[in-house]
Amino acid sequence: MTSASVTTGRQSTRAGDKQRRRAARRERLRVTIRSVGEGFITMGVVVLLFCTYQLFWTNVSADKKTNQVIAQVEQSFTVPTVPGTAPVQPVKIQDGQGYGLMYIPRLGSDWVKPLVEGASLANLKKGITHYKGNAQPGEIGNFAAAGHRATNGEPFRNLDRMQPGDRVYVQTAREWVIYEVDRTLITKPNATWVLLPVPGRAGQSPTQALMTLTTCNPRWASYQRLIIFGHLVQKYPRELGAPKEIRAIA
Amino acid sequence: MYGWLWRKLPGPWPVKLLESLVLLTGVLAVLFLVVFPWVEPRLPFTDVTVDSTSTGSVP
Repeated sequence: MTSASVTTGRQSTRAGDKQRRRAARRERLRVTIRSVGEGFITMGVVVLLFCTYQLFWTNVSADKKTNQVIAQVEQSFTVPTVPGTAPVQPVKIQDGQGYGLMYIPRLGSDWVKPLVEGASLANLKKGITHYKGNAQPGEIGNFAAAGHRATNGEPFRNLDRMQPGDRVYVQTAREWVIYEVDRTLITKPNATWVLLPVPGRAGQSPTQALMTLTTCNPRWASYQRLIIFGHLVQKYPRELGAPKEIRAIA
Repeated sequence: MYGWLWRKLPGPWPVKLLESLVLLTGVLAVLFLVVFPWVEPRLPFTDVTVDSTSTGSVP
């Protein structure tokens, strides 16, 4: 203590310089470490925000779109036809157009989703999408459709609960179409044979009206697809009214 | 980083607060409207169709 108090002014300046340099170095280090920490915290917050987007926001915006498309489809069904004139020729269904409603009681007593043309990511946000080129509901061939299992409204969230014998109802502008589930299959993502007019039989021309529904499996991954096969059991003109099983929601 | 930003923002602190809220809103908008929709199809949750090009990503 006494020796420190008698140091010369020059020595104290040098010691002060050293101390200041050391303090500055320590300050730089502190700022660097703090900035890195802030960066990590920011990344964490961004990841949490992405979870919010994916788990909450996509569902909110998809539900909104789904309801809009359902309203459009319902409106297109009720376009008045003048009595005595020929019914309006059905115009070609455009990509992204909602043209039918699908009802699956197994997925919920109030489960109604629009059927949209074209199985693209943009269309999948609106509802259940029909694979372009495949048969339309009720036609001979394979009516194939895809829907989200997780995020974006997740209409097919519980598609794994489908049992053989379950019914899938489709309402189009002209008809009520009723399919019955035959079996469930888990397959590879590139198993396009499930979409063939006669699934698995390339080149064979169809004699039956079949149905194929696809979604991802497991729910949060994409290394498999969940496939539901079914066949047509009944179809009749729309004017005759909804099947009694779903009359409450149709 | 955030301290530096706070010092760079002009004006007294209520103005700074307003400016940082505007900045935050802008960043959130860019994330939700541009970045996240871009990232989304690159994650496996949206692969629900069968097609010949998809090989399926390893979980």
